[in-house]
Amino acid sequence: MAEEFDDEFDGPVKRFLFVNRKAPYGTVYALESLEVVLISAAFDQDVSLVFMDDGVFQIVKDQNTDGINIKNFSRTYRALEGYDVEKLYVEKESLEARGLSEDDLLVPVEVLDSKALSELMNAQDVVISA
Amino acid sequence: MKFGILVNEGPFTHQASDSALQFVTAALKKGHEIVRVFFYHDGVNNSTKFSDPPSDDRNIVKLWSALAEEHGVELIVCVAAAMRRGINDEVLAPGFQISGLGQLVEAGINADRLVVFGD
Repeated sequence: MAEEFDDEFDGPVKRFLFVNRKAPYGTVYALESLEVVLISAAFDQDVSLVFMDDGVFQIVKDQNTDGINIKNFSRTYRALEGYDVEKLYVEKESLEARGLSEDDLLVPVEVLDSKALSELMNAQDVVISA
Repeated sequence: MKFGILVNEGPFTHQASDSALQFVTAALKKGHEIVRVFFYHDGVNNSTKFSDPPSDDRNIVKLWSALAEEHGVELIVCVAAAMRRGINDEVLAPGFQISGLGQLVEAGINADRLVVFGD
């Protein structure tokens, strides 16, 4: 499997962390940021995602956008696994402040407190936030 | 040091583009290298030649074009974000080029630091 991907990109691999801080709808940041995640995966980079602040709403289950005429793109987060993007983190404080728990989320995540998250960020080569 | 720059906001509404311009100018003055400036989200609105602010205000688009002209700074506008917002080759100001998101990822790979300017 790994060899198959090596044919596509032979350059260096860096640790990319995408920090998602905004609600999925209301602004376009979440949707467009997901595009960069997919491209980074296509470049075989070591990709992680963090959801914090209102960004935790991006991966809440049972999203329904019928009433606002905006595409519900939440299924794309489920597809990330197929791009070998499996490191998803959620900030504990953000989740709790919004009355949410891991059971409310549509993908498996690791919940980290803000201190652990800052260590995760420090360990990255590239941090892209929106 | 080699810097990659990501601009996520349009001109005037946010200060992000001004800050990015000032950062790039200062970095070049100190002898650093700018591998690429990538414009994403509403940042693509920095690239239109039809921007025409009042004459007593700074002209952000022209300042970017001048950086490209004087220092060869590569100004790349995301094609998908641009198409959403009515930006194409016909409206591009001098020095800007439309390309894909791969250029952003490549900037992240090739630069020592990728600096994000946004909301």
